[in-house]
Amino acid sequence: MHSLLQKFGRLLVIWLPLGWLGIFFMLPLVEMVNVSLSEARRAVPPYNPAFQIGKDGISFQPVVDNYLLIYEYWEDYLWPAVNSVRLAFFSTLYCLLFAYPMAWWIARSNKSLQHILLVLILMPFWTSSLLRMYALIGLLNPNGVINDFLIWAGITVTPIQMMQTDFSIYSGMILTYLPLMILPLYASLVRLDNSVLEAAADLGAKNWDIFRTIILPLSMPGVIAGCLLVFIPAVGEFVIPALLGGPEQLMLGKVIWTEFFRNRDWPVAAAIAIILIAIIILPIVYARYQDKESIS
Amino acid sequence: MRSTVPLLVKLLATAGFGILYIPVMMMMIYSFNRGKLVSVWAGFSTKWYKELWYDDVLLTALYKSLLIGFSSATISTIFGLLIAIAFLRFSNFRGRLFLSLFASAPLVMPEAVTGLSMLLLFIAMEASFGWPSGRAVDTIMIAHATFGMCCAAVVIQTRLRDIDKSLEEAAKDLGGRQPFVFLSIILPLILPSIIAAWLLSFTLSFDDLVIASFVSGPGSSTLPIVIFSKIRLGVSPEINAIATLMILTISALVMIGSFLVLRRDGKK
Repeated sequence: MHSLLQKFGRLLVIWLPLGWLGIFFMLPLVEMVNVSLSEARRAVPPYNPAFQIGKDGISFQPVVDNYLLIYEYWEDYLWPAVNSVRLAFFSTLYCLLFAYPMAWWIARSNKSLQHILLVLILMPFWTSSLLRMYALIGLLNPNGVINDFLIWAGITVTPIQMMQTDFSIYSGMILTYLPLMILPLYASLVRLDNSVLEAAADLGAKNWDIFRTIILPLSMPGVIAGCLLVFIPAVGEFVIPALLGGPEQLMLGKVIWTEFFRNRDWPVAAAIAIILIAIIILPIVYARYQDKESIS
Repeated sequence: MRSTVPLLVKLLATAGFGILYIPVMMMMIYSFNRGKLVSVWAGFSTKWYKELWYDDVLLTALYKSLLIGFSSATISTIFGLLIAIAFLRFSNFRGRLFLSLFASAPLVMPEAVTGLSMLLLFIAMEASFGWPSGRAVDTIMIAHATFGMCCAAVVIQTRLRDIDKSLEEAAKDLGGRQPFVFLSIILPLILPSIIAAWLLSFTLSFDDLVIASFVSGPGSSTLPIVIFSKIRLGVSPEINAIATLMILTISALVMIGSFLVLRRDGKK
């Protein structure tokens, strides 16, 4: 009796989450593929499902029109895709530039300071990105705090245009994703053995040489993990291009939003979402492949 | 060894902390500005905070956000715990590959894609068998719980992995039966991570704009949705005030959560 109960409990532990995620995560993706292969129409809902279970049985009539449309109007759809990758790539680089020194500093601090600094890193990550972007607008606006200061100090006469530029996007990305870069870097740097560095210093290595030949190679797993953690969400970002970017900083996340809510073209929105997934899968597969290489 | 942290590193690191904190600090200061113009300081005042109490739209949205946050965080934590147990305590089972895929993929999925795909499913379900009829608090809650349980699973797994399996085995040898052994011995040990997982799921739900925008219906706007539409109209001291309150609340929760986790780690 007891073992039957245990078997049942075991099945419950596995199949409750598996069922939930299957229905509410996997099934939506399947439905999205279905919609992306469906014909758009002016009705409610605004598409004619490719896969249908109706009175005359099951029918599956996929159309690739939506993907062709994206290809045809590549300036409207694929340009934002390229732009997303470009902005996400440089955002990742800038995050790395600031995160590495921060992670290094935290890793070299004593235990109690380390805890405080880590909490200071974690806190902004969990507060709403929307609100932090809003706070950033207050700084970067033409009549914002920075411009007011610059004009007051006599550095410029007219306000500098900072909003709706690459600069505002990068600032927003760094503000949002810096913690994600710091944590894996810190994790790999804190494990670094001090005695190795001391030995190198005793043997006459300069700081820069120690960094280049010992610290950097040993922290490479953290660098790669951090870059993935920043790049992947940055590519699909919506809030940052919507609030801080102009027409030149169009990204896929925002295009999906516009297609869906403003143009009400659901099939095209679904097709763009699938392209976005493809862009994200590439670096993940690459990282997996690298992992396997280094193990074997 | 602390002497090997060069000045340049310290400067860049300080700049990094500056980027993280200066915008929010400035916003908090300006939330006490008396004037309507955001950039001109017109004296100290708490009138914008008082005005929040009379903004019915904002208060209704806050209530909905809290409701969704509490319920989705609770579902997330329970399911996250189940996922963690399945991975670390059951060696080989059918569906392990699927579970590991399903439980990690939502973490890398862009919010716009998650939101869009869920909405499309909800609409297809409504067309096929009438549920969910329209989109409201329940659809947002389901969407948040789905995303949150994957994060909760990660947090709980890191703690559960450190628990010595021999503890459970000893309890079993002494005649303990499985669900009770877990509940009485393992659960208290991983309690801090469960609280942390709940707090994190709650903040994720409470902060989410994109997924909620997709799966919400008319009249079920959460706080971030209302704030987003207000921000679209421009910077205002009232948003400064509500943003300050939200950030302070979430920060307090995160402080509690991260100290729970860090203190445990520090004891090792």
